[in-house]
Amino acid sequence: MNRQKLVVVGNGMAGCRAVEEILKRAPNRYEIAIFGAEPRVNYNRIMLSPVLAGEKTFEDIVINDEAWYRDNGITLHAGRAVTAVDPAAKVVRAEGELEAPYDVLILANGSDPVRLPLPGADLKGVVTFRDLDDVGAMVAAAETDGGKAVVIGGGLLGLEAAYGLAKRGMGATVVHLMEVLMERQLDESAGYLLTEALKDKGVETVLGAHSEEILGEDGKVSGLRLKDGRVLPCDILVMAVGIRPNGALSRAAGLKVNRGVVVDDQMRTSDPSIFAVGECAEHRGVAYGLVAPIFEMCRTLAEVLTDGEAAYEGSVLSTRLKVSGVDVFSAGRFSGGEGCEDIVFRDAGRGVYKRLVLEDGKVAGAVLFGDAVDGAWYFDLMKSGRDVSDIRETLVFGQAVTEGLSGLDPSSAVAAMADTAEICGCNGVCKGQITQAITSQGLTTLDDVRAVTKASASCGSCTPLVEQVLKLTLGDGFKAHEGPKPVCKCTHHGHAIVRQRIVSEQLKSIPAVMQALEWTTADGCASCRPALNYYLICAWPGEYRDDKQSRFINERAHANIQKDGTYSVVPRMWGGVTSAAELRAIADVVEKFDIPTVKVTGGQRIDLLGVRKDDLPKVWSDLNAAGMVSGHAYAKGLRTVKTCVGTEWCRFGTQDSTGLGVRLEKFMWGSWSPAKVKLAVSGCPRNCAEATCKDIGVICVDSGYEIHLGGAAGLHIKGTELLTKVASENEAVWAICAVMQLYREEGFYLERIYKWMDRVGLESIRAQIEDPEQRRALYDRFAFSQRFFRIDPWAQHVAGRENHEFNPMSRRMEFEPA
Amino acid sequence: MNAITDFLTQGHDAWTDVGAVTDIPLRGARRVPTPEGDIAVFRTGDGKVFALRDQCPHKGGPLSQGIVHGHAVTCPLHSWNIDLSSGEPMGADKGKGCTPVVPLRVEGGRILLASKRRAA
Repeated sequence: MNRQKLVVVGNGMAGCRAVEEILKRAPNRYEIAIFGAEPRVNYNRIMLSPVLAGEKTFEDIVINDEAWYRDNGITLHAGRAVTAVDPAAKVVRAEGELEAPYDVLILANGSDPVRLPLPGADLKGVVTFRDLDDVGAMVAAAETDGGKAVVIGGGLLGLEAAYGLAKRGMGATVVHLMEVLMERQLDESAGYLLTEALKDKGVETVLGAHSEEILGEDGKVSGLRLKDGRVLPCDILVMAVGIRPNGALSRAAGLKVNRGVVVDDQMRTSDPSIFAVGECAEHRGVAYGLVAPIFEMCRTLAEVLTDGEAAYEGSVLSTRLKVSGVDVFSAGRFSGGEGCEDIVFRDAGRGVYKRLVLEDGKVAGAVLFGDAVDGAWYFDLMKSGRDVSDIRETLVFGQAVTEGLSGLDPSSAVAAMADTAEICGCNGVCKGQITQAITSQGLTTLDDVRAVTKASASCGSCTPLVEQVLKLTLGDGFKAHEGPKPVCKCTHHGHAIVRQRIVSEQLKSIPAVMQALEWTTADGCASCRPALNYYLICAWPGEYRDDKQSRFINERAHANIQKDGTYSVVPRMWGGVTSAAELRAIADVVEKFDIPTVKVTGGQRIDLLGVRKDDLPKVWSDLNAAGMVSGHAYAKGLRTVKTCVGTEWCRFGTQDSTGLGVRLEKFMWGSWSPAKVKLAVSGCPRNCAEATCKDIGVICVDSGYEIHLGGAAGLHIKGTELLTKVASENEAVWAICAVMQLYREEGFYLERIYKWMDRVGLESIRAQIEDPEQRRALYDRFAFSQRFFRIDPWAQHVAGRENHEFNPMSRRMEFEPA
Repeated sequence: MNAITDFLTQGHDAWTDVGAVTDIPLRGARRVPTPEGDIAVFRTGDGKVFALRDQCPHKGGPLSQGIVHGHAVTCPLHSWNIDLSSGEPMGADKGKGCTPVVPLRVEGGRILLASKRRAA
């Protein structure tokens, strides 16, 4: 029988799998020849990462050895790159003047790694991560003691490369353009955990990093310079920034090529005798780079080429990172929409983060970190499109729990748990211990159970389970727990515990707090994010990087948003004192920018209302030039210090109230606090500065300074209470800064001073302020923090920082829709 | 009727490149001015891009100035939460109006907004 000639271009994952699938269906149908550019047999390319890491050898990852080609009568042209396809003559041409005629041609020539066109990209030691030769180069580089590697690209491949190099003893750094590692597969929370986990494995990460130039010495790579000027020294540089389907051969042959060579559902190209599978192919506009869809394509192709009927309809993707001990799984999508719902589960103790996205009652996406055993199950649920509404409650706990408890409500689920089942993971408390403690010691409240058994006393995430046990054991005798009010719906923790744990556990970023305290949403909400941002600013001055996107617009734009979307600008006037020059500069700004309203505020400042956002930096620039800085009239922070004229002019004045006000404002401006803080200094008990309705007020008397606390004259009207009395101006400044710091450290976000005072009690505040040591320590912490925050935000913006906040993204549509 | 809502009823005939995805801060938004008012373009924590007319259905507040969380934005004026994919208020304000969604495409890291070609 004269067999048909089948030629395969590509000896990789796709080409060989296609041949295997064909042989499985019709072993003798074709006379097969395979061309491969690499001079070796077919190996499992996706296992190159473990080879690099030294966890596997090349022999371990060979899929088909020479015997396989021989036994199946396949001619292998290894190391022969195909140079041309002639569809008219039905012939392929390869290096070494080799020609092979075909009846059927399969293109499986894969993709090329993208090489960034950076200066220095051609230096020795700059490699990609694609084939065994690349691995060889990396392994050789790792043989130098104390060598350093830089990997550009924080995707799957880049991270596996960095891990492998670190495992071989190199100091490895991943440089990633985006703010989140593997941002196409992971959300910010999982990305944060991955960054931390990689650090433990010896891989450092630089996020949001733009590579600028590869540096070299004697023709060999020596480092990478980033746009911000940082230089990362290295002995090898790996580019892992993506792949590009190989289209040149197909294009030259006259086939239709977009990103890849275009195929239909039968994997047929625009030429009926030529098919394509794998990374070189583009199906319905998608070029795949993962192995699962490629194998699906190969199955379809084999059916088609053996007279079967099949159609490939595209693939749903899932990803797993191959880094030992780091369990990461991602599948599906995370774009929300009508009927979309997020389920988030965190277990801080085990470093677990799971997020499921449900759409119309079905699983639409999953991200798992730290515990990915249920990845395959979620992926199956996703692909099958099963309605999971009935198992929604337990879904996030995985297949075992869900199937073990299906059909039970939460309380019967707890009832069904064995006495030996662990309820509290932090303290290792089983259900039986809790039940026993309740009955034997007559416990009736959650706090009792916490005190006696420690269950739910640490991270608190098992609180609902412990409550269920209480309820079951006590029956009607159970009273629901009334704990502190949670920060918001994203957590069951109250503000106090959040503040306390940020400090005690050294949590220094929003994702770190959300993970440690097991937030139930992926990135919080408009209530908790500003609170966490403030708590971190307060706890780690100079160390924590302010998250602008977690600030309310007024604090981001350093101006107050008005009902029509314009802003109001209030320049600072120290102690309410101004000058002709300042007033003239203000008048000029008002005229220059056509500012519609100028108004005097209750805090002795001048408010410019109706400024367009685009104009803000220009307005500030002019005000800066006249020596004025931001008045922070928008801030949860120090606002104004109102003063009367005191001994300088007033015939009743007892002290220099204006001078003290100016001094306080010049020292305290720029400080952030849980809510706004207004000060006033009155020069005598007649109190012209209205100090007794301010957050902190000073009444000067002949013998010194009375410091008052906790006034309000807004939604609530409340006179201050006397905190303490001091003899000198210095002591007054120390005491005021100390009480400000105490409030900064203890206040709940948005809790004004008078509410904080009600909550903790004036006595406890006074005790700390009147104790010289504590007062000194508080003052020192305030002064330290002020080193970082007594900075004019306007000047920073005028200098170009965060320009994107003020400029439109694009003016290309300004005149567009006609 | 303004041109942005026109897209919903009459379609559009062009895509305008308004910049790179990375021009928008993560969990942030930028404005794109048009003759009929600004369009707000959002980038969520998981890297998705959405575009809405920059007006809250409540009192017209500029949504581009709000805090972005999940796939929602909180209006800076009165804290309504707006679903970025539908433009509809969420929670207690559900059903009280809707902000028009502007169709968009993301290609090669660039954001293309639906627009109308200018009459020659």
